[in-house]
Amino acid sequence: MSASEIKTIEIEVLRYRPEQDTEPFWQSFQVPFSHDTSVLEGLQSIKDDLDATLSYRWSCRMAVCGSCGMMISGKPKLACSTFLRDFYPNKVQVGPLEHFPIERDLVVSAEGFISKLEKITPYIVPKEPRTIEQGEYIQTPLQLKQFLQYSGCINCMLCYAACPQFGMNPKFIGPGLMALVHRYNVDSRDGAREQRMELVDEEDVGVWSCTAVGYCSEVCPKKVDPANAVNQNKVNSALNYFGRFLKPQGGQK
Amino acid sequence: MKRANDPIFWLPFGAGGVLAALFGPALVLITGFAAPFAIGLGPDALGYDNMMAFAHNAIGKLFLFAIVVFFLWHAALRIYHTLHDFGVHVGTVLKLIIFGGSLVATVIAVWTLLAIGF
Amino acid sequence: MSGRKPYTRSMSGWWKRDPFFTAYMVREATSFIVAAYAIVLLVGLVRLGQGKEAYDGFMQALQSPISVVFHLVTLAVFVYHTWSWFQIMPKTMPMIFISGKRLEGATITRTGVAVAVVVTIVFLAFVMGVTR
Repeated sequence: MSASEIKTIEIEVLRYRPEQDTEPFWQSFQVPFSHDTSVLEGLQSIKDDLDATLSYRWSCRMAVCGSCGMMISGKPKLACSTFLRDFYPNKVQVGPLEHFPIERDLVVSAEGFISKLEKITPYIVPKEPRTIEQGEYIQTPLQLKQFLQYSGCINCMLCYAACPQFGMNPKFIGPGLMALVHRYNVDSRDGAREQRMELVDEEDVGVWSCTAVGYCSEVCPKKVDPANAVNQNKVNSALNYFGRFLKPQGGQK
Repeated sequence: MKRANDPIFWLPFGAGGVLAALFGPALVLITGFAAPFAIGLGPDALGYDNMMAFAHNAIGKLFLFAIVVFFLWHAALRIYHTLHDFGVHVGTVLKLIIFGGSLVATVIAVWTLLAIGF
Repeated sequence: MSGRKPYTRSMSGWWKRDPFFTAYMVREATSFIVAAYAIVLLVGLVRLGQGKEAYDGFMQALQSPISVVFHLVTLAVFVYHTWSWFQIMPKTMPMIFISGKRLEGATITRTGVAVAVVVTIVFLAFVMGVTR
């Protein structure tokens, strides 16, 4: 099909309007699209021309803000970087991210995610405070590579929609934030590893809720590979577990 | 904070997983087909005398122990997770059956290997 | 007053939702067969400890049709275990850097499977050699 040719595709959207619905239901729309129409643009044309009550989150339209994560024909994806042409002539099903409570239509509640984010100390606590006169923190390329990949997370929560263990146990910190924990823990400038490891070691909260399904890394739009971060910390947590018996002041916590 | 006890179960799980990945297929070929039907092996390859000699040897003893015990503990943790994944509430009774059973099997294996002697 | 009424979806049957989940559940469910095989080996060990007659009975039982079917299933399970173990291995290993470049996941998987194939051949040859 030529780039400008307009066709029509069926988009099915999972609707939920808390003030009038007791449960979500699928609603179908016929949407015009061309070669470069994203799923997000499809939703925008529904909202503009067909049903102004449709709710969804979006912002940057270029896969960096992490707002438009949705279940697109069953897969967790960013709506802005998924294209309608790849589904045509079949229909596209668009639903809110799995494993999160539905707030309205395609909008999920991110409260649990945010409250965990606040708990993990998601910033560098300097190991040794330096004054401006002392200059910058020096880091080798290899030290940078230890965490660079994990710092690419955009908090889109696709990995949470890919994690059945989070779905069954919402207390689990989950793949994305565990990758962020790891990102700071392995940063050579950071000195707050110990307080983050308390969460990593904790029952039902830390890494041990992970059963290495591995789907989180498959769906990550930024190739953060959260499954790798989580599972490296199983080793760290096991070392903590057995190591505390070896330390002179072990077993305090 | 309640520290998770999972590392206790995770280490033998990992050991069993590695052993199963490396030796599993070959072991099944030997004990399931080659030895009982003398395919590629002599009719007494895993016969009583050979196996007793193997079980008397320190390395043989260690191998038998590792295979039986770590395979079991590997499977135990996965069975525990699988039941949970299928939505079964794994309470104290099921945990006792899965991990207690593995412990009993471990004791039987160790006791048998020691009884066979060196 | 808040008009919020968040809707929580059920997790029942989640493993049927995505083929990736189904493959994961197959991997995990193989553990039942691994446990059964370990118990068969344990029974063999106990029979060995009980003397020649008991052990010969065990070896006899391995020739039964049920045993053959069981071991065919078990063989398939262990081959799948080997493959899936090394498939997930890149996710479970620390990052490895060789002269500044990260060792790729596919390389780890391929190496693991290759090692398993070599170990299988060497182990089979060893057993054939020492029991000759």
